[in-house]
Amino acid sequence: MKPASFDYYSPASADEAVALLQKFEDDGVDAKIVAGGQSLMPMLAMRVARPEALIDLRRAVGLDHIGENNGVIAVGAMASKSAAEESPLIRAKQPLFHAATRLVGHRQIRNRGSVGGSFAHADPASEYPAVALVLGMEMKVLGPSGPRLIPADEFFVTYMTTSMESTEILTEVRMPALPAGTGWAIQEFARRNGDLALAGVALTLPVAGGKCGDVRIAAFGVNATAVRLTIAEEALRGQPADQTSFARAAAAGAQALEEPMTCLHASAEYRRHLVQTLTARCLAEAAGRSGH
Amino acid sequence: MTKKHTVRVDVNGTTYEREVEPRLTLADFLRHELHLGGTHVGCEHGICGACTILIDGRSARSCLTLAVQADGAQITTVEGLRNRETGHLHPIQQAFVDAHGQQCGFCTPGFLMTTLELLEHNPSPSEEEIRSSASKAHRW
Repeated sequence: MKPASFDYYSPASADEAVALLQKFEDDGVDAKIVAGGQSLMPMLAMRVARPEALIDLRRAVGLDHIGENNGVIAVGAMASKSAAEESPLIRAKQPLFHAATRLVGHRQIRNRGSVGGSFAHADPASEYPAVALVLGMEMKVLGPSGPRLIPADEFFVTYMTTSMESTEILTEVRMPALPAGTGWAIQEFARRNGDLALAGVALTLPVAGGKCGDVRIAAFGVNATAVRLTIAEEALRGQPADQTSFARAAAAGAQALEEPMTCLHASAEYRRHLVQTLTARCLAEAAGRSGH
Repeated sequence: MTKKHTVRVDVNGTTYEREVEPRLTLADFLRHELHLGGTHVGCEHGICGACTILIDGRSARSCLTLAVQADGAQITTVEGLRNRETGHLHPIQQAFVDAHGQQCGFCTPGFLMTTLELLEHNPSPSEEEIRSSASKAHRW
């Protein structure tokens, strides 16, 4: 349980980090970025990951901001999850992201773990990718030719894989503030507090005149990436925001899932069942928060 | 041979400087380089919590941090709890003794450091807050 040898770099800026990535790419050196390290360190310890060079972003300035500009909340990739959890801005304006943050690991992990790390790591059981799909978040990445924005639905490709190039780093994630009249919920099922979820659901539910608006639902821990439950979303649009609609939509959404993952702790069938139950519970919880 | 890096840290009020390999975890740095054996190592991948210390006042798994990442940090370990002048146990340590809170004792250093951070931020936590902060694999 000790990492294999690697060289260590701690550049002073994101630009320097990108230049290092480019140099290692040219030289054929296997380099890896470390942010908070709370997912990478276990992989190094178990030698699932054996990079030749580790590039630590901890000294790179200007990557840990949390702020708002024109209704868009921007979180620097190196802001810690505890900083996001304790941010009055995020708590007030984007409660779904706030609630998701509190579900990540334990306090000790959130103190060290970065917000950006969970996006770049792209674990299918992670809460943030599902929230990113629900909120239509954007990822700001920096590469040798400059910055670009990647929408969430183009960012997560498959297990532990994003659409970032090998010479790009994630510098910021952006999300809209939650509109008034929109309910939200995130629930997951894990064996123990702080474990990765066997399955989870995040959603936003706008309600007007007692009817569901443009509902967005995503499940995590089920397929290779977080997935939108579009069948459930369509089943709800224009329907009364009541238990009957919620139960029908949850069943349809779970049924339409691609074959879920199977592991020692949960069969595909069990995960599908969890998605149905959690979707129905989240819809009821969100309806209570929609202000109608 | 990988290039060694200088790590300068403040641990329990004393400054230490060592040259270490990048792959050395902070837990092993404390135990093997500084000979502070109070921080215990259990699972070595962040689950069990025995190695919990405070880095700049925040609880952290010392097995999930490299020593090189702690360069410049202020660290508190279980050795820093006892009052150096009087020799008395920290009130949290004394409370664990009084309530027989050790069980086998191996993870106790992690529990003490976790409790220290919890009470500094929240002097009278609810049972639910205590349970969610504890987060150790083999208890509660």
